[in-house]
Amino acid sequence: MVEALARSPTCGDVPNAPALSGTVDIENVSVVFGEGDKQHQAVTQTSLTIKAGEFVCILGPSGCGKSTLLNTVAGYVQPTVGQVLLDGVKVVKPGPDRGMVFQQYSLLPWKTVSENIAFGPRMAGKSRDESSALANTFLALVGLSKFSDRYPAELSGGMQQRVGIARALANYPSVLLMDEPFGALDSQTRLMMQENLLSIWTEFGTTVLFVTHDVDEAIFLADRVLVMSASPGQIIGDLEIPLQRPRAPEISADPVYIEKRTQCLSLIRKESLRAFEEQNS
Amino acid sequence: MSKVLNAGQAFLKPATEAQTTSDNATALPARMPAISDTPTDIRVMKPSQTRTQTEPDGRTEQQTALLPQDTSTPGQTAVTETTTRARLSPEQLNNLMISALALLAGIAVWHWATAQNLNFYINFENVPSPGKVFVAFTEHLRTEVFYVHIGVSMRRILISYCLAVLVGVFIGLLMGRIPFVRAFVMPYIEIVRPIPAVAWIPLAILMWPTEEASIIYITYLGALFPIVINTMHGVEQTPEVLVRAAKSLGASSFNIFWHIVLPAALPSIAAGLAIGMGVSWFSLLAGEIISGQYGIGYFTWNAYSLINYQDIVVGMLVIGFLGTLSTLFVKSLTRPFLRWQEKAR
Ligand SMILES: Nc1ncnc2c1ncn2[C@@H]1O[C@H](COP(=O)(O)OP(=O)(O)O)[C@@H](O)[C@H]1O
Ligand SMILES: [Mg+2]
Repeated sequence: MVEALARSPTCGDVPNAPALSGTVDIENVSVVFGEGDKQHQAVTQTSLTIKAGEFVCILGPSGCGKSTLLNTVAGYVQPTVGQVLLDGVKVVKPGPDRGMVFQQYSLLPWKTVSENIAFGPRMAGKSRDESSALANTFLALVGLSKFSDRYPAELSGGMQQRVGIARALANYPSVLLMDEPFGALDSQTRLMMQENLLSIWTEFGTTVLFVTHDVDEAIFLADRVLVMSASPGQIIGDLEIPLQRPRAPEISADPVYIEKRTQCLSLIRKESLRAFEEQNS
Repeated sequence: MSKVLNAGQAFLKPATEAQTTSDNATALPARMPAISDTPTDIRVMKPSQTRTQTEPDGRTEQQTALLPQDTSTPGQTAVTETTTRARLSPEQLNNLMISALALLAGIAVWHWATAQNLNFYINFENVPSPGKVFVAFTEHLRTEVFYVHIGVSMRRILISYCLAVLVGVFIGLLMGRIPFVRAFVMPYIEIVRPIPAVAWIPLAILMWPTEEASIIYITYLGALFPIVINTMHGVEQTPEVLVRAAKSLGASSFNIFWHIVLPAALPSIAAGLAIGMGVSWFSLLAGEIISGQYGIGYFTWNAYSLINYQDIVVGMLVIGFLGTLSTLFVKSLTRPFLRWQEKAR
């Protein structure tokens, strides 16, 4: 069922295929919080285009404005200047076309795992039966079918995040927005989740915008890594990651991987040195 | 009428004491765990627990402690499930035993103090012994009018409490959701809430057409404030991330209210309902000073004017027990809606 419903990432090869949806245009976006003396520029004049089906990671230290940038795409935050377009349509508020996965566990504690996943389809007006069938499908996708009648609190952190991913996907969003979704997990679980996510993405071909502060996570997952800097909330590097897929953890020994990792690190280092000198001058 | 008012003044002292307690209870929401000291109170305690659990870090630790491996089979968690479903765990039985022993010990001390005519700072010389109170109680059980007193009081509680629930939850929800409503209503609540139920007696008599309506009004006010305040706090505590998640899943404002805000507030609302039930009994006692004939509060107050010490204590204990029972009843009604919380441990 998933295969039937999923949009294949390779359908671009088919002649006259409709253009894939899920293109994100961030046009000259600035976000300023607060007023007067307390004004804080979280994102500064950022422009970028994310192609449909692309897996993009936003990498940067905490507090540099990653979440804020992501939230402008999600529609939680309105840009002070500029605009965000999804497939050419201006983003004005959150919606089911942009699935969101949070760092904090955000499942509804009073609904079972299955009800949590069925929530989106229910809100989209699907019948109870149809929604719960969808929930089962997506639960199977993340390998948690056995847990459908459990409450979120009965699941481990990693399992809850898998349910969160299933819940976001159950609406067939054109973009999946992920804000440090694995940040609270231990490193083994985290690796497993990353592989899991990649295989889901391969199946769905959804555009993914993934925020992380972990260089290895960014390079392992992404087609493209955007390095963001704190002063003041700008993209300072845009690196293609030409590693073959499917990727396994051993890829970290690949020379390309090492090269990209070094590039990312030196960008971040240069930036933090600059920030450090600025502070001390 | 003036006789009634004088009666009210004479009763002022004991009733004000009752109100102080009631006031504490109304203030409770901020530190709700304080009211739980018996195993049946566990659910009232829970709201604060969920609050901490919505903080991601605390919960992560808790969860990983419970289920260290992602690959854990359902069987592993099923263990906790069976224990929560069991009617009374050994721990709960143990607590019940302790409570029963504590009550027995209290009665024993009471008996001893009255038998000794203890007069050491506290004077027990005029306090009836448990035996006398028990005899008086069984005698009353054989009279029809005693049941009328109880029945009339329960009817008043039922009407006042239901009104307070409807109005209180409604206002509380509005206050929690709409800053304007909150700013508008809050000063009234702040000013009216500390007014003891007895202080309302003269005005209630003047305002309402019948005695019955005045009593119900006073009782209703007692229950209203804890319900409003707990509901409001519950609504305000809705984790923002859940609201955001729901928006991204396509939920309308109504659905966000129905599926997120209301369930998130429910533990706190349930606590408010339980506290409100307790407070409505203190207020009833004050309200029934007005009553010329019936009601357990009237019974107690009448025993006081007739200097019938046993009956005063009988009345007090009956109010205590009815209050406890009705609070337990309220909790049992809200429990099914909070079942999800039992899983969060
Ligand atoms: N709602 C807000 N109001 C005021 N300041 C905010 C708000 N959200 C974020 N900020 C500030 O903007 C900056 C960037 O925050 P954020 O986007 O959360 O960073 P990151 O996700 O990279 O850690 C921080 O300094 C943060 O304090
Ligand atoms: Mg962030």
